[in-house]
Amino acid sequence: MTSAETRRIGLRLENIDKRYGGLYALRRVSLEIAPGECVAFAGRNGSGKTTLLRIAAQLVRPSAGKLTFSPAPNESDRATKKTGFVAHATMVYDELTAEENLLLFARLLEIPEPSQRVEALLRDVGLLERRASLVRTFSRGMRQRVAIARALLHEPSVLLLDEPATGLDPQGVTWLAATLRRLRDAGSTILMSLHGESEISGLATRGIRLDAGAVVADTRTGANLRSILTFADA
Amino acid sequence: MSLFSNTSVLLGKELRTEFRSRELLTTTVVFILMIVVLFSFTFDPTREESRRFGPGLLWLAFLFAASLMLQPGFLREQTNDTLSALRLSVSDPFAIFLSKLCANTLFLLITELLLLPIFAVLYNVPLLGVVPQLALVLFLGSLGLSVTGTTLSAISAQARMRELLLPLLLLPLLTPLLIASTEATAALFAENPVLRWDWLAFLIAFDIIFLTAVWLFGEYLLEE
Repeated sequence: MTSAETRRIGLRLENIDKRYGGLYALRRVSLEIAPGECVAFAGRNGSGKTTLLRIAAQLVRPSAGKLTFSPAPNESDRATKKTGFVAHATMVYDELTAEENLLLFARLLEIPEPSQRVEALLRDVGLLERRASLVRTFSRGMRQRVAIARALLHEPSVLLLDEPATGLDPQGVTWLAATLRRLRDAGSTILMSLHGESEISGLATRGIRLDAGAVVADTRTGANLRSILTFADA
Repeated sequence: MSLFSNTSVLLGKELRTEFRSRELLTTTVVFILMIVVLFSFTFDPTREESRRFGPGLLWLAFLFAASLMLQPGFLREQTNDTLSALRLSVSDPFAIFLSKLCANTLFLLITELLLLPIFAVLYNVPLLGVVPQLALVLFLGSLGLSVTGTTLSAISAQARMRELLLPLLLLPLLTPLLIASTEATAALFAENPVLRWDWLAFLIAFDIIFLTAVWLFGEYLLEE
């Protein structure tokens, strides 16, 4: 049984505002995301997708409003440790090897038998042969694979993905879609920002479109979900 | 327990990346060696003058070294947003700060260890008789430099003009520490060396106050 199966987590965002100076990145965003939902966020550049994901990851504090998890984590169990996050930046160290990077985060996350877990993930992302190479020698796509492997180390209950297919080749996208499908089916809650349709967007059970920091569409039905991702009625 | 295990894992990362590149140590050692050598050639001090001005010069050199060495601590974490990855992975965010503090103190002490024999030769200051006492003063002074510098490095890393901000904030804030360290060192360089417990107590108090403040409010420093 995976950790996601044992700890299904939902999120509730209540009237979230995020201001940078006088500029609103998010404006009164309220969402209830059920445990195990796979939500695709769509919207033009600057619509607030990244800010929303960073608030959900608790990396950014909202200017107003409240983020809660259900069930609420207890004192000794930080909610952030149940979260996996793939951002625009790779969030790994260029001066360390792929294996050193993953081992570092596996030890911080207190994963049992970290070496075996890291080896398995490196095999999954197709980087086992380059395990001892410094990340700075990798291509953009290879770095993205390490970034995704880092986020998946602890089989997180909440997975936040900001344009996760960036730089991946078709095989990489297929692998990522299969991995996300497995995590979704195991009960992980997935929030991802996407542009357009892909193998990955096909996993979404709910689509939300943001515009100028506000939610302008939210649907769970097939045809509408597709239009949200493709901007068909934008 | 998680705090110490997280800190030791992160300290290992700090040491591995620095000893692999040696960028920080090499640059800083060369920089402060040049300062000490240039001052020696410019003033050509007598033994008496060295006893009077040497401690101040030594601690100014350490201060310059610290402002150079502490700057990249958190800046490096910005390049690939690795600070966010660390914040999502540690059990106690203070571990991120503590590991950087330990690494910075160690790097500063290594720099001082390399500089001291050259300083003793150039300025004709006998240090052999006061090595343990001097080590204590250097440790407490360096810890204070690192605590303050690492804190300000975390603050300045997220600001504009970050390269200028750290020295601007660091120098005035460290003035009390600089005075106490210089006075304690001067007492050890005197004809009849003594360990000045009053200045040592000041250094200990400085270190404890800043460490406690960072432990209490450090998590906010790491937020975006």
